[in-house]
Amino acid sequence: MIEHYISLFVKSIFIENMALAFFLGMCTFIAVSKRVDTAVGLGIAVVIVQTITIPLNNIIYHSIIAPGALSWAGLGPADISFLGLITYIGVIAATVQILEMVLDKFFPALYNALGIFLPLITVNCAILGGSLFMVERSYNLAESAVFGAGSGTGFALAVIALAGIREKLRYSNVPSGLCGLGITFISVGLMAISFMLFSGIKL
Amino acid sequence: MSKYIQLITEPVFKKNPIGYHILGICSALAVTSKLETSLVMSLAVIFVLSLSNTAVSLIRKHIPPSIRIIVEMTIIASLVIIADQIIKAFAYDISKQLSVYVGLIITNCIIMGRAEAFALQNPPLASFLDGIGNGLGYTFILLSVGFFRELLGAGTLLGYTVLPTISKGGWYTPNGLFLIPASGFFLIGIIVWILRTIAPPPDAE
Repeated sequence: MIEHYISLFVKSIFIENMALAFFLGMCTFIAVSKRVDTAVGLGIAVVIVQTITIPLNNIIYHSIIAPGALSWAGLGPADISFLGLITYIGVIAATVQILEMVLDKFFPALYNALGIFLPLITVNCAILGGSLFMVERSYNLAESAVFGAGSGTGFALAVIALAGIREKLRYSNVPSGLCGLGITFISVGLMAISFMLFSGIKL
Repeated sequence: MSKYIQLITEPVFKKNPIGYHILGICSALAVTSKLETSLVMSLAVIFVLSLSNTAVSLIRKHIPPSIRIIVEMTIIASLVIIADQIIKAFAYDISKQLSVYVGLIITNCIIMGRAEAFALQNPPLASFLDGIGNGLGYTFILLSVGFFRELLGAGTLLGYTVLPTISKGGWYTPNGLFLIPASGFFLIGIIVWILRTIAPPPDAE
């Protein structure tokens, strides 16, 4: 039983890496990877938010949104799954807002370190994508918690690795038009190809 | 009048949302392995972007600044649900191929970015046109990436054979690199290179 969760965790970090295998959260991924220390801040924020929102959305999906889930309210086979998207994004926006207040009150050091990244996470597709994948693959509550932690860690790993590469890139001689954004894209492409090596692994 | 035309044309090449502002990249990579999916995705984005810009602009004087993000999110999410339902109803196969990426239009930073940067300060008509223009800029990148990936990766365009591949008795050896999503990074990198060489942004690194 525990092996199942470990393999799910490893799979969501390496084989199904949010950033480098599904290309989610690219805007923040590219924009916030200029320096390693900011990338670490973003990474921590993503891990926290993923680990909270995916199980939360899982509970809401199974008790309200899934087809027939409202039968306890006497609604029988009512299907409101089309409201899924707006619910997940609402949950994510609310969680981020609450998390921001809690961190501000109880962990001001961490709050200051995360800074602007916390509100930005609302519009990070890796977070919403995580919830959508959770529904698509019908994980249960425990699985979705493991998946949330794993996919958040995978994203953090990828963004910190890219920040390391970009810090080194500053010393290389890049053609002027390709400088900055262009060369970043090409390095991410190469990183994605190297992450494809994991794709053959069966756990 | 010329101001309105400029609103539409400027974001296509000069201030392209992907090439210039680095917004909305996720979907540009994941859905572009075929021209057809790129086209449907672009239409959905133009639809959501122009209407969300208009709606945000219409109520811009009534939104309290502290909750504006969640108001914008609600507007965008409702429009994306409409687009998603329309695609499911009329192009079911394509909606299967696009999988979660239609839903992810909600978090496409172009839409949020334009609502924040433009629609909150400008009247509805200008915001609508700005939405169309930025949508076309997104379309331009998506279609060029989709064009090269489908042509070089599978030898087809919109499903019609252009370069007959060896497996079908032709002469063209398909380049497998263009079928994997990573090639999208290389193509966008090259497009950005071209765009920035023609029109260098003032704040280049």
